Amino acid sequence: MKKLMNKVDDVVVQSLAGLEAAHPGLVKLHPSVKAVLRGDAPKAKVAVISGGGSGHEPLHGGYVGYGMLDAACPGEVFTSPTPDQMYEAAKAVEGGKGVLFIVKNYTGDVMNFQMAADMLSGEGVNVAQVVIDDDVAVQDSLYTAGRRGVGGTVLAEKIVGAKAEAGGSLEEVKALCEKVNSQVRSMGMALTPCTVPAAGKPTFTLADDEMEIGIGIHGEPGRQRMKLQSAKEIVEMMAKAIVDDLPFKAGDEVLAFVNGMGGTPQMELYLAYNDLASYLREKGIVIARSLVGNYITSLEMQGFSITLLKLDDELKALWDAPVETAGLRWGR
Amino acid sequence: MNLDVQGMLKAIDAIGTTLEAHKDYLTDLDSAIGDADHGINMNRGFTKVREKVSQGTYGDLGAILKDVAMTLMSSVGGASGPLYGTFFMRMSMKLAGLQAADASSLAAAMEEGLKGIVALGKAQLEDKTMVDALSPAVEALKKAAGTGASLTEALEAAVLAAQAGMESTVPLVARKGRASYLGKRSVGHQDPGATSTYLILSTLLMSLKEVA
Repeated sequence: MKKLMNKVDDVVVQSLAGLEAAHPGLVKLHPSVKAVLRGDAPKAKVAVISGGGSGHEPLHGGYVGYGMLDAACPGEVFTSPTPDQMYEAAKAVEGGKGVLFIVKNYTGDVMNFQMAADMLSGEGVNVAQVVIDDDVAVQDSLYTAGRRGVGGTVLAEKIVGAKAEAGGSLEEVKALCEKVNSQVRSMGMALTPCTVPAAGKPTFTLADDEMEIGIGIHGEPGRQRMKLQSAKEIVEMMAKAIVDDLPFKAGDEVLAFVNGMGGTPQMELYLAYNDLASYLREKGIVIARSLVGNYITSLEMQGFSITLLKLDDELKALWDAPVETAGLRWGR
Repeated sequence: MNLDVQGMLKAIDAIGTTLEAHKDYLTDLDSAIGDADHGINMNRGFTKVREKVSQGTYGDLGAILKDVAMTLMSSVGGASGPLYGTFFMRMSMKLAGLQAADASSLAAAMEEGLKGIVALGKAQLEDKTMVDALSPAVEALKKAAGTGASLTEALEAAVLAAQAGMESTVPLVARKGRASYLGKRSVGHQDPGATSTYLILSTLLMSLKEVA
């Protein structure tokens, strides 16, 4: 394993310290627990909080700031945060209008956020939760922990954050988050595995000519392992699974999001986006907004994911609304 | 011989040693069907637990296990943090005020702990989880306690049942947690959570025998 680090146990805390140092005023770290807080918190608005294992940067700490998250609670690499983190973060940023937890659907995340929500409710804080589960690679959701939360989480945090910034009530913000989750679908793939620093070796192995289709953002296996194909064939396989699932129909307007897993060059991501745009054009699906880059990663994994969100006027306006975070910023 | 406050503190320290020694083994099991962090997380949690309980003075078993539970909940993360945290928390409620536990009081406490895990994780037998090791162990402990067995004898039966339960996870298809995404590809691998449960129980037994 070769990584930029000082001590393996300090990777997450030192990276967080760097985030704070690089963006003074925009974010601040909680003094006692691992949590990234909005620099000007608490605000008199619904506090939007997310979190999850580290290793997916810029998710979630990079999305704390104006028009997006009020706090992010990072766990160790690929490990859920603990309830005390969400509890303390919520107490620090809650501005009297309630708290919305945006939770990716993983067994540990769901349990830890639930415990934090129980602790806060017990103290009279108004807490709502929405679980994001947009990964169409998980087919048998009846016999599994259910669909995973992946790329759709980034879009939900942006859109829901804009609504909270505009003064939406907790009920409105929660309903909007549920709407985004119901209209977004994703799928990922990997060309190479990734290495968790504390484990020191790759989480799985792939031969030089193999790829894993339907990979999760922690290197969890997906639908199948197969021989490497052309970008066009890979994009069509993934896009078809996504389009058929919702289903997206001719005439639908979408936000097309091509996300890198951390180790894929921007050049390849745009190449994949080009193939995605052709595929959607053939289907009569209209790309009204787009996002291309590394936004929800899996350490140094090579690979990418595709996310499509069905848009309407409300979602387009909220997507376009100003945002200022380390990871996403426009309009301000 | 019953499990008293000193015996419990010694057992918790021994469990920490065992989990540290098996850190890579548990992580390897988890990297086959999960996300390669179970050994790392359990070792981090029990390292904190050892620090915490070594600083405390305890008058009863419940107070020790409450500290164990709170520490695990705030340091392990993943699903194991809340699950083991709940297990020890529920046990601590049953053992509150007790200075020593015999076979039947330990059986009652562990049964309560198991209920907590099932309520939170919603796993059933044969879902390929820690429940596959813990549930038969609790049954064996209760049964032995019911026939008037000593604590050591009852725990011996429980550890054997936990081991059989742990080994029974190998051919199962995972239906909970991250391993469930593998479907049939999870067959042939032993569940890491069932394994850590077995390690905790077998270390408790070994530690108790050393005291005796």
